[in-house]
Amino acid sequence: MSNDETYSTAYRSGMREEMERDGTIFVLGTDLFDRGGHFSQVKGLGPEFGADRIRDTPISEAAMVAAGVGAAMNGTRPVVDLNFMDFAYGAMDELINQAAKIRYMWGRPVPLVVRATAGVAQGGAQHNNSLQSTFMSTPGLSVVFPSRPWDVKGLLKSALRGEDPVVFMMHKMLTGARGPAGGPDELVPIGSARIARPGRDVTLISYGYGVTIAEKAAQSVAAQGIDTEVIDLRSLSPLDLNTIVTSVRKTGKVIVLDEAPISAGPAAEITAQINDHAFWYLDQPVGRVCGADSPIPHSPALVDALLPSEAGVVAALQQIAAATGPALAS
Amino acid sequence: MTTSTAQPMPDVDPAAAREWLAAMILIRTFEERGDELALRGKIPGGMHPAIGQEAAAVGIARGLRGTDLVAGTHRAHHHALAKGMTPSAVLAELYGKASGSNGGRGGSMHLADFDLGLWGSNGVVGAGLGIAMGAALGAKQRGTDQVAAGIFGDGGANVGRVWEFTNLAAIWKLPLIVVCENNLYAVETQTSSVTGGADITRRAAGFGLPAFTVDGQDVVSVHQAVSEAADRARTGSGPTFLEILTYRYKGHDSGQVIRYRTDDEVQRWRSSKDPIENYAARLITAGLLDEAGLAALTDTARTTVDEAVTFAEEAPWPDPCTAAENVSAYTGNEQR
Ligand SMILES: Cc1ncc(C[n+]2csc(CCOP(=O)(O)OP(=O)(O)O)c2C)c(N)n1
Ligand SMILES: [Mg+2]
Repeated sequence: MSNDETYSTAYRSGMREEMERDGTIFVLGTDLFDRGGHFSQVKGLGPEFGADRIRDTPISEAAMVAAGVGAAMNGTRPVVDLNFMDFAYGAMDELINQAAKIRYMWGRPVPLVVRATAGVAQGGAQHNNSLQSTFMSTPGLSVVFPSRPWDVKGLLKSALRGEDPVVFMMHKMLTGARGPAGGPDELVPIGSARIARPGRDVTLISYGYGVTIAEKAAQSVAAQGIDTEVIDLRSLSPLDLNTIVTSVRKTGKVIVLDEAPISAGPAAEITAQINDHAFWYLDQPVGRVCGADSPIPHSPALVDALLPSEAGVVAALQQIAAATGPALAS
Repeated sequence: MTTSTAQPMPDVDPAAAREWLAAMILIRTFEERGDELALRGKIPGGMHPAIGQEAAAVGIARGLRGTDLVAGTHRAHHHALAKGMTPSAVLAELYGKASGSNGGRGGSMHLADFDLGLWGSNGVVGAGLGIAMGAALGAKQRGTDQVAAGIFGDGGANVGRVWEFTNLAAIWKLPLIVVCENNLYAVETQTSSVTGGADITRRAAGFGLPAFTVDGQDVVSVHQAVSEAADRARTGSGPTFLEILTYRYKGHDSGQVIRYRTDDEVQRWRSSKDPIENYAARLITAGLLDEAGLAALTDTARTTVDEAVTFAEEAPWPDPCTAAENVSAYTGNEQR
């Protein structure tokens, strides 16, 4: 175990260890060999493993993913690095209509990892899409969205030892976040959530950068005697319903924190699943603090108006913690 | 560059030369029967018959090794049969039966058998080439001498990603054969009227790979072009583009009413360029086959297809309880 990795270097060390362990793993994408990718996610691995294993491509997202799909079907373990997840729109057929359906139709495993930096930060409307909503509703794709170096490394290892396509989303805001990371064989299973902070009063569910906001908000309401349990989903597909439902049964009150546009996103699905599996344990309706149904603008003043904030989550926690009985319309 | 139809038989093993004919006759017989069955409602979703395009498929499959792979298009029964899938496995799959090649999960546009090197027909125009290109990359990474052929139609030649795939294969020198099976039409669109620059082979050559136009109604020409391309691929010289000129006799799919071409045009292709008739005549002239031998091939094909129909009719349906199984190894186990 190493004590001081960033979100980005944890990815790189996980990749290095796995590439040393398994000679069939290789990475392809733009600007990888020298630059190490737009987020330095594979910096230094080019010279270390050579141009056949850190492959620079033209800006042809469809070709990158197609290359990954076919190569994954043919005995190798490709990692397609799109740099920004937004560029996956140019390879949607390869991802959704090919990679995700091949095991189902033909029984052939597709051990493909598609990594990209995602989440909302700067860059305006076209670099800040929440594609997790699309991918988690695609049967055949798994979606992971870690919040800390430990999970980046452990989830990458699981993806590189699995048999099916994994969309690996890393949040822009967390690129430099520091923390411990596991050793060569410390894996984080895909489909397992973690309790980031145990609590008795309210369950606060999030993933990615939302976990950072959730932990701060939980800390801040703790002083007011509200004991919040924070769940870091880590994987959006499959969802770890067991961890969610166990927590909801204990607290009876839930807030889902999700920066994706509120309509038909992860929070909507999580809320519906809680209704399906834990409705009679709820003391209050499930609350959602989500991104607005809007593209992301350029100006920071406008961006902040659309996204969940720590203050907004604090208010939601206070309100649900205090609520008793039905909130009757006045 | 055009490889013209050389009339004399080239240096081909006589047994192999006859087998090519047998394979083409089997495809034609299968497709004619399949088309009838589709019109009778036996094939959910119908099918895209490849009647007229038999030489393309057989020339491609026989120009490759058994361990090489092919990924194709929505019009694909000829590729599947040429690669060795049995008529029973294909037809049961078209019916949606459990004994079909893919247990009823694939259907006409998604036939695959990896043991035979059939890496899927594909419901999305141009996508089969992507899978073949990726498979070629996998073969190269592993250092095998496997070759992949990715097939698309003239309609596919106007899909942008087809050229992304070709470019990547060219710059990485992948062991790939990029095959455009040009039958002149994409559904009801005459492809020449929607193709800038008109010449697909020349377009391909712009990506820096050898590119040839081949007479697709002559199995010998297709076989030769594919063999040469496979040799180049196997020896590290990278991909080759082949435009195989052919024609479909039927409509785009079973039962299509044809308003976009004349009966005359179809008759001209049928009477002067039929890949089976011309090739059979050539074998007979060369003394490699006689009329009785030809009749025997036709009979065998008919019997085989009859048996396939019986097999498909009698095959069990898949168990509906399994419909959502095997979507991903990561899912399906979680507590719901
Ligand atoms: C990407 C995509 N667009 C549209 C279609 C609908 N479609 C199916 S076959 C076809 C025509 C294809 O023509 P061509 O590539 O020449 O193949 P052919 O049918 O002649 O064998 C079309 C438009 C599709 N399957 N995929
Ligand atoms: Mg066509």
